[in-house]
Amino acid sequence: MGGWGGGHLWTPPPSPLGLGGDTLCPVRGVTSVCVCPPQLSLRAVNSSRSAFASFLFAPLFFQLYEARGPPPHLELCRCKVLMKSFLGVFRSLPSLEKTVGKCLILLKPRASRLVVQLHCKYGVTKTHNLTFQECERLQAVFDTQRCASSLCAPARVLAEAVVHFPQTLAEVTLAAGPGGKISLRNHVEDEAEPGKTMVTELWLAEDEFQTAAVAPGSRITFCLKEFRGLLTFAEASNLPLTVHYDVPGRPVIFTLEDAVLEVHLVLATLSDPESNLQPPMANGVSHLPAPSDEFADDLGSYMIAMEPPSTYEEGSGVPPIPPFPLCIPDPAESDTEEEEEEEEEEEGAVLGTPPHKKFRSLFFGSVLAPGEPSLAPTLEVLAEDSDGEY
Amino acid sequence: MWCELCQENFFDEFQMEGVAAEHNEIYLELVPENLSRALKTAQNAKAVKIKLTNKHCPCLRVAVELPSLSSSSRMVTHDIPVGVIPRRLWNDFREPSVPDFDVSIYLPVLKTMKSVVERMKNLSNSIVIEANLSGEMNLKIETDLVSVTTHFKDLGNPPWASENGCQSSAQSRDLESMAEARIDIRKLLQLLAGQQVNPTKALCNIVSKRIVHFILLHEDVSLQYFIPALA
Repeated sequence: MGGWGGGHLWTPPPSPLGLGGDTLCPVRGVTSVCVCPPQLSLRAVNSSRSAFASFLFAPLFFQLYEARGPPPHLELCRCKVLMKSFLGVFRSLPSLEKTVGKCLILLKPRASRLVVQLHCKYGVTKTHNLTFQECERLQAVFDTQRCASSLCAPARVLAEAVVHFPQTLAEVTLAAGPGGKISLRNHVEDEAEPGKTMVTELWLAEDEFQTAAVAPGSRITFCLKEFRGLLTFAEASNLPLTVHYDVPGRPVIFTLEDAVLEVHLVLATLSDPESNLQPPMANGVSHLPAPSDEFADDLGSYMIAMEPPSTYEEGSGVPPIPPFPLCIPDPAESDTEEEEEEEEEEEGAVLGTPPHKKFRSLFFGSVLAPGEPSLAPTLEVLAEDSDGEY
Repeated sequence: MWCELCQENFFDEFQMEGVAAEHNEIYLELVPENLSRALKTAQNAKAVKIKLTNKHCPCLRVAVELPSLSSSSRMVTHDIPVGVIPRRLWNDFREPSVPDFDVSIYLPVLKTMKSVVERMKNLSNSIVIEANLSGEMNLKIETDLVSVTTHFKDLGNPPWASENGCQSSAQSRDLESMAEARIDIRKLLQLLAGQQVNPTKALCNIVSKRIVHFILLHEDVSLQYFIPALA
């Protein structure tokens, strides 16, 4: 095993890592985060594999990024840590903001340790030693180019839209309606009696979006809770949010991008076997035939799962990727029924999302612009901002 | 709880046709949380329209027009399922009549009353309200360890017209004698907590050991609460 040393992280809190971690948390059922150098990436997938999120921090994001030791092999650099432990380090973001000057992250493969060191005011240093396990590369295979429809809007517009839905709502349906309008409607389960559930529908005009290239009459249903998490992050970072989607059943991909950060959230969508038979969308709530409850084509089939290394070694005998769907079929995972059940359960048992007050609208005031003179060649603590706010 | 709103004070346009000319009313049953949620989202609305519709089932459709930065407004609709109550059951929902009370008295400033009751809530589950015709009211709690009484004076007693004879029973009553009722403290607190604005008039009628009837009058709205006494 090579010794991949570690990297210095950016100076000013608040901690985007913490915020990123918080956002990943709503990907319910997640128990691990995959840290994948050379860029720092946080990835998470939920237990039913209907949601995958990744936060990719480019080296430029950091004040100093250094890998020590012999050139690492890709397999050696992936590790997963318990989400709870990781989040525990960044527990109280507002106080972090006030007290932490620098954060150092070190990866020590030989000791199986991920060290997060917070350098705080008054010379206090808090060191957290997290154990990690090596893991296979966790990557959802998705291609936004293959999505028929895409929308891009400032996060604020979408946040103002979802506020009309209750916090407990599980699923929401996004649809392209007449007149170029985009609608959001709460998804009502089949089993619910039609006369008992309140239905809320919101329409956004096309010109509220920065881009709107949607297939007319298209419609997808996805988990709102997981989306809300990303939305909070997007609002805090003030980045526009892009939504790529295709037909019901194919995943919906949300992306945020900027010079130093790339965020993806991939969610499974409800498949709708009758989608071709949709009646024309009238100017109002159209009561379409209820889609089936099964998440066919669950995200699992789009992902290289955490499997024993032998199957998915890079460059080794990987089965050929069929052109459609975009995935590496995994015969071991073809127990789709079991997974569908899992997902149904997952959708039914609405687990508590971390309270939203954990999401802070901090962030990105602290992003270093490329070219700032902060890439020092040593690991010594750089001269700190003596007149900084902290 | 009984609440009446005068539609002219709330709606620019109001159109309604009841079941029949002589019974120009519609009785609907709904989950209040749905309506409150729908209206909450209309805080900054340009316009709100409420319609009773019956597409697949009777619904109250709240259509909200929200401002947006784009050329056209954002539209939100909430379809709230309602139950239409058949005419034969309307009698169950008549406005309850004012009980034959023993004492009627104006309430103290609600904010004060609320803060007193809030503290008392931590000590006891029930509270005794007693009042007399000399404008005095006491709020009492009593447990094994402690008893607390808050006294209010000079509250004033509302004059009631003698239509159903309450006046006579009240008139012959000793002015100092207290009528009292023990009620669930949480119910009282709910009532008090719900008041955001000071009402124009607030009073309560006490039927000794039976019921406390609160009447709160605002400009546009009247509210009546009936809280039964505990054994």
